[in-house]
Amino acid sequence: MPQFYGTEVRSRLLLGTARYRSPAMLAEAVRRSGTDIVTVSLRRETAGGRQGGAFFDLIRELGVRVLPNTAGCHSVSEAVLTAKMAREVFATNWIKLEVIGHHDTLQPDVFGLVEAARILAGEGFEVFPYTTDDLVVAERLVAAGCKVLMPWCAPIGSAMGPQNLPALRAMRGEFPDVPLIVDAGIGRPSHAATVMELGYDAVLLNTAVAAAADPAAMAEAFAKAIEAGHMAHGAGMLEPRDMAVPSTPIIGKAVFS
Amino acid sequence: MTYIVNGEALESGATTLSDLLLALEYEGEWLATALNGELVHRQDRGACRLSEGDRIEILSPMQGG
Repeated sequence: MPQFYGTEVRSRLLLGTARYRSPAMLAEAVRRSGTDIVTVSLRRETAGGRQGGAFFDLIRELGVRVLPNTAGCHSVSEAVLTAKMAREVFATNWIKLEVIGHHDTLQPDVFGLVEAARILAGEGFEVFPYTTDDLVVAERLVAAGCKVLMPWCAPIGSAMGPQNLPALRAMRGEFPDVPLIVDAGIGRPSHAATVMELGYDAVLLNTAVAAAADPAAMAEAFAKAIEAGHMAHGAGMLEPRDMAVPSTPIIGKAVFS
Repeated sequence: MTYIVNGEALESGATTLSDLLLALEYEGEWLATALNGELVHRQDRGACRLSEGDRIEILSPMQGG
């Protein structure tokens, strides 16, 4: 099983907690997924903070590790402050660092991301950066202190699946020893299996499970696809060929005419 | 005094951050607070004196992706 910042995890699936139709559906999806890491956020709340407290209790009851995010932050200073506030609440050095650069695509602002990652790593955070599939940016993130990389495979919530497999493959080849998690853009289990077949360490999902008609069943389907893709990568896959190759032996075939 | 709490102007007689939280009926160990863009640790809220126009953020855990 992969290790993130020295912590070995039980599952290659990381699950987001947003957009479920009820807390019970969220809880059931987390259980069926087998995940031990869920992402959470911090938001302003007017009702004295009780709603947040109820959510926090639910997460604690599930007995999973939390990966707080800086979702919605558009500047370095916002992301850094949100990370510090998250550490105060969730008592973890882990932070899923998002610095959003574009309103429509939610593409990361990779320049701000590298800067924020460097600041946070310097303050003892263990940064999980939500980034693009750009190799040079990935190198800068590693130089800034990131020991995990989380490239997107398509825009957040788009369900488009991997849009640039050669880039994801190149990133795996370039960083054989850095845990790589595909974060964002996965729509169906076959997408998750595809990136796992490339040798990725894990997949982070949210909408594809939360917005499914049956989130718990979808969570389990993803867990199976992720395990299958991982196992297939380890087993060594056949490369595609242009021509047919008979699978049944030719030698010894009867001749009837 | 007038403070900006979570982006909205608010009149309050509270002079420290912990008093403000009490006055606004925020409770719970899960809250995170910031004053003018800087984190204020839980244990420092009592000593954290507020001034006119201060910007205060009070955040709590929420669902996230």
